[in-house]
Amino acid sequence: MIEFKNIKKKFGQLEVLKGIDFEVPQGKVTAVLGPNGSGKTTLIKSLLGMVFPDSGSIHLDNYRLNGKAEYRNNIGYLPQIARFPENLTARELLKMVSSVRASNNNAGELIERFKLDEYLDKKLQHLSGGTRQKINIVMALMFDADYLILDEPTTGLDPIALRILKQLIAEQKEAGKTILVTSHILNFVEEVADEVVFLLEGHIHYQGSIEKLTSTTNTEGLESAIARLMEDQHA
Amino acid sequence: MTIFITSLCVQAQITVCTTCTISSIQQGIDLATAYDTVFVEEGVYFEYNIAIGKPLTILGENGAIIDGQKQGTILKVQTTNATISGLTLRHVGLSHTEEYAAVHVSNTKHFTLNRLTVEDAFFGFLIEGSSKGRITNNKLSGESEMEFYSGNGIHAWKSKELVITENEIRNLRDGIYLEFVDNSEVVNNLSENNIRYGLHFMFSNNNAYSNNTFTKNGAGVAVMFSKFIEMKDNHFLNNWGTASFGLLLKEIYDAEITGNTFDENTVAIAVEGSSRITYQHNKLSANGWGVKMSGGCYSNKFLSNAFSNNSFDVSFNSRLNDNEFTGNYWSTYSGYDLNKDGIGDVPHRPVKLFSYVVNKTPESIVLLRSFFVDLINFTENVAPVFTPVDLIDNSPLMRVPS
Amino acid sequence: MLNIIRYTFYDLLRSRWSIFYMLFFMLTSTALLFLSNDLSSAIISLMNILLILAPLVGTIFGVIFYYNSSDFTELLLAHPLKRSTIFLGQLYGLCISLSLSLVLGLGIPFLFYGLLYSDAIFDFLILLVDGVVLTFIFVGLAYIIALKNDNKVKGFGYALLMWLIFAILYDGMLLVIMMQFQDYPLDTFSLVSTVLNPIDLSRILILLKLDISALLGYTGALYQKFFGTVVGISISFTLLAIWSLLPSGLVLRIATSKDF
Repeated sequence: MIEFKNIKKKFGQLEVLKGIDFEVPQGKVTAVLGPNGSGKTTLIKSLLGMVFPDSGSIHLDNYRLNGKAEYRNNIGYLPQIARFPENLTARELLKMVSSVRASNNNAGELIERFKLDEYLDKKLQHLSGGTRQKINIVMALMFDADYLILDEPTTGLDPIALRILKQLIAEQKEAGKTILVTSHILNFVEEVADEVVFLLEGHIHYQGSIEKLTSTTNTEGLESAIARLMEDQHA
Repeated sequence: MTIFITSLCVQAQITVCTTCTISSIQQGIDLATAYDTVFVEEGVYFEYNIAIGKPLTILGENGAIIDGQKQGTILKVQTTNATISGLTLRHVGLSHTEEYAAVHVSNTKHFTLNRLTVEDAFFGFLIEGSSKGRITNNKLSGESEMEFYSGNGIHAWKSKELVITENEIRNLRDGIYLEFVDNSEVVNNLSENNIRYGLHFMFSNNNAYSNNTFTKNGAGVAVMFSKFIEMKDNHFLNNWGTASFGLLLKEIYDAEITGNTFDENTVAIAVEGSSRITYQHNKLSANGWGVKMSGGCYSNKFLSNAFSNNSFDVSFNSRLNDNEFTGNYWSTYSGYDLNKDGIGDVPHRPVKLFSYVVNKTPESIVLLRSFFVDLINFTENVAPVFTPVDLIDNSPLMRVPS
Repeated sequence: MLNIIRYTFYDLLRSRWSIFYMLFFMLTSTALLFLSNDLSSAIISLMNILLILAPLVGTIFGVIFYYNSSDFTELLLAHPLKRSTIFLGQLYGLCISLSLSLVLGLGIPFLFYGLLYSDAIFDFLILLVDGVVLTFIFVGLAYIIALKNDNKVKGFGYALLMWLIFAILYDGMLLVIMMQFQDYPLDTFSLVSTVLNPIDLSRILILLKLDISALLGYTGALYQKFFGTVVGISISFTLLAIWSLLPSGLVLRIATSKDF
C-alpha cells in the first residue's frame, strides 16, 4: 500500500501540491488523472524520490521515505519520455539497468513478447519512438517489482504493442502488483484502471472507482465525467 | 762537451722533500741559482710567503702540497721567467685588508703558472703589472659564499699579453677578473658556481675570449668600459637569479660577439649603453630574456642569430631604435614562406608589449604566456604604439641557421 | 558507480564528438610539430591552445551532456541508485572520455615525433596533467551551472561566461590592477590571485619548467621562494588537486538536494 500524507510542494512561488492525502489500494490499478499542471508528475516524482516534498510524508508498506535509495528496489517505473544514451545499444542499456538492481529479471520474456530481438544490437539513437517505448516498458516491468508506476505508457505504441501492454498490466494485477498509471487516453484508463484519482490545481477532487464517478457526476463514460468535474471546478 | 756543461750549469735540479736535508721550498729556492729547477717531491709543506726572487722553475711531483695554514700569500713571484707547475696550493690566508693569493705575481714578465691546483683559495692567482704570462691547465676553487669575504680566481691588474687557457675555476668571487689588461686571450676555460662573474673585464681593451664555458655563476661574463673585445664560441649556461645574466655589456664599443651559445640564463645578453657591436651566429635558447637593452645603444647589428623559446626574445626600453636586426631565426615567428627561399615573407617584430609591462610592473611576470597577454601582444604587433616601429627583422629565417 | 562511469564512457566513446575532439588535437599537434623545429616550441604553442581549449571544451561538453542526458538521468533516479552514484558516475565518465581524447590526441603525434627520446618529456607530461585536470575542473563547473539552471539557454550562457572569466577576463583584471597599483607591494596579491584561478595555476606549472629563468628575474623575496624552490611546485600541485575535487564536491551537494 502506498500512502500520501498531507504532501505539500512549492516550486518558487508556485504551489504545485497543496496538501495531498490519499492511499493507493493494494493489488489494484489506480489512475492519476488531471490536466497539465495539476501536479500529477510532481506527485509521482515525490513517490520516486526525485522531488522532495516541503512537508508531509509518503509511506510504502509502512516504510517512510527518507531519502535513501533502497526502497526503489520495490518500484518499477516507466518514465514519460523514452530517451536514452544515444550511442549505447539496447542490449547494453538493458544490461546496465539490470546491473544496478540485485533482483532477477525477466527481460528475455518481455523482449520476446514485444519482438524486440532484432533491435537489441542497434544504437538507441537509430530506433523509432515506438520501439524505444517498448524497451522502456521492458525496463519498467523486468524486475518483477511490487509497485509499478506507469507514466503515459501508451505513448508511441502501435495497436499490437498496445494490446500487449494491456495484457501485461492485467497479468501484473493478477500477480498482486499495485499499479499507478497516468494517461491522457481516457479510453485506455477506463479499460485498465479500477480506481481513479482526479487532481486539479494541487488538490484531489475525486478518488474512487470509475463507476462511482460516472454515477455521481451523472454522466456516461469517464471522459464526460472528467469534463463535468472540471466544469464544476470553474463554475 | 761544452754544450753538456753549459746545459748542466743552466739546468741544475734541486730536490725538496719532507725528509730530505732540504725540507722546505724556500730553502730550495734560496739554494738554487737562476734557471735551476726546484723539484718538490710528494708531501705536505707548511709554508707561506715563499718568495721567488730569481728565474726558476718550481716543479711539483704529484701529491706535492703547500699548505699556507691560512696565514697569507703562499708563493710570491718577483722575477722574470718564473715557472710554477704541478703543485697543489691550499689554505690561502683570508683577510679583509690584504689580498692574499695562492700565487702573487707582481711587476714581471714571462711567467708561467701551469698544472697548479688551488684549494680553499682567497685569491687564486693575483697578477699585477706583469706581461707575457701563461696561465694554463690550472684548477682553482674556493669556498666562497658571500661576496665581500671572497676573492677572485685569476685576478689581473694593469697587465698585458696574458694567455689564460684550459683553467677550471669554481666557487670564487669572479672566476677571472681583468682590470686594465690589454691584448690578452682567454681560451677554453671553465668557470662555474662563482658568486659574481665567471669572467669580468674592466677597462680592458683589445682582448679576446673564446671557447670558454660559464655555468651557474651569479652572472656569466661582464664586460665593462672596454673596447675591441672579441667574444667567440663561448657557452653561457644556467646563470639564474635576480639581476643575473649570461653576458653583461656596459659601455662597450666595437666588439664582435660571434658563435656563442646562451642557454637558460635569466638574461642571456644584458646591454647597457653599448654601441657598434656585431652579434652574429649566436644561439639563444630558453632564456628569460634573450637580449635586454637599456640606455643608449646605437649602431648594433644582430645578424643570423637564433632566438629559440626565450620568454622574451628582445626587450628594449626606448621607442627609438638605431639597431639592425636582419636574417635572424625567431621561434616565435608566425609568418610564412611562400617562395620557399628559407626567409619569411612577413617581417618579424621581436619586441613584445608585455616586456614593457614587465619592466614597469615586475610582478606581472606571473601572467607570462597567458591568453590575455598573448592578446595584447598580438594587438601591439598589428599596430605598434609602445614598441619601436622600426625594430623589425625584415628577413626572418624559417629555420635555425646551421 | 563504476557501472555508470563505464556506460557513460562507452556511450561517449562512440559519439563522433569525442572522436572529433581527439582528431582536432592530433591535427593541431602534428601541424605544430611540423611547423616548429623542436619539441619545446611545439609544447609552448600547444600550451597556449590547451589552456584555452581544454576548459572551453570541458565547459561546453559538460553543459550539453548534462542537458542531453537529463531524461535518462531521471530514469536512473527512479532506480535504487544513490544520487552521488548517478551524478559522479556521469561526471567522471564524461571527464574520463574527454581526457582520453586529449591524451591520445596529443600523445600519439608526440610519440611518433620521438618524445620518449627527448628531454622535453617531463614538460609534455605536465601539459597532459594540466589538460586532464582542467577538463575535470571545468566539466565539474559546467555541471554545477547546469544543475542550477533548468533553462538550457541560460545555463549555456552562464557556462560560457564562466569560461570567459577564468580564461581571459580574470587575467585582464589582474593585469590592470597590477599596473594601477604598481607603486605598492604586489607580490602576495599577484601570487595568490594567480594560484586561485585553475587556468593560471596550470599555466604556472608549465612556466615553472619552461620559463623558470625569466620567473627568477624578479627580485621579490616571495617570488624567489615560490619559483626558486620546491615550494612553488608543491603549492601548485596541492591547489590543483583541491581544485580538481572542489567542483565534484559541489555537484554532489547540489545534486543531492535538487528536485528533478
